[in-house]
Amino acid sequence: MEPSALTEGVFYILLSLVEPLHGYGIMQKTEVLSHGRVRLAAGTLYGALNTMLERGWIRSLEGESDGRRKEYQITKAGKEVLAAEMERLNELLQNGRLILGE
Amino acid sequence: MRHNIVKVFPVWDFDREERWLNEMSQKGLALIAVGYCNYTFEDCGPGEYTVRLELLDNLPAHPESERYICFVEATGAEYIGSVFRWVYFRKRCSLGEFNLYSDYPCRIRHLNRVLWFIGCLCPVILANAVRFLFDFYEGWPDVFHLTTGLVFSLLAAFGVYGFLRVWLMKRRLKREHRLYE
Repeated sequence: MEPSALTEGVFYILLSLVEPLHGYGIMQKTEVLSHGRVRLAAGTLYGALNTMLERGWIRSLEGESDGRRKEYQITKAGKEVLAAEMERLNELLQNGRLILGE
Repeated sequence: MRHNIVKVFPVWDFDREERWLNEMSQKGLALIAVGYCNYTFEDCGPGEYTVRLELLDNLPAHPESERYICFVEATGAEYIGSVFRWVYFRKRCSLGEFNLYSDYPCRIRHLNRVLWFIGCLCPVILANAVRFLFDFYEGWPDVFHLTTGLVFSLLAAFGVYGFLRVWLMKRRLKREHRLYE
């Protein structure tokens, strides 16, 4: 069965990559977007980026000579994954509000 | 000024080793080089650096390891050196919090690597213990075979203890991961 929920880290990485960013840029943007709550560590980010590249959710941009500051960008497939996750989160939120009456 | 310190940490005490290196940083000694049981520090401001260490899948010279080390360096950390497959990084605290893993699956995978490492080491040590003790009883009843056999037995016992210690760490993380992302 395909896992249905993204981790917060993956969600924010995909969201950050709406514009091309390198690894450190993703870490900084994720922290800003989550108001400092989600802090990606380098090892975790490296593994996540490789997995997302394999799945075709993101692509690495050519032109970086040494690969140290390789940039990444979200793909169409990645945007679809983001949209599906937002729909899932929205359902959680709606059900929570409905039952708690808030 | 440089300071050389010889200190032994068993492989399963990597968390204590990391804590000690950060305590040294708090005292104003920044790690600049590592070797087998050998650490070189230089003076720095108290708590200027955070040090992290990690066991890689491959040796640091492997292309995948090189790519990973470059990636970590590009996030503002400095690669200090390696001991076998263990790599050491440091990062200025002024650049922000420094961790290598921020999620449970990655931490658990790292502990699995450490478990494999110890798990491969233990049988070799145990085989040597058995060999020397067997030789002592069967043909060479001298002090050398007895002492070597006992030393290997002791090391094997330490190895089993280490394996259990890391396994318990992993079990705790897995339990927490059932509740939290």
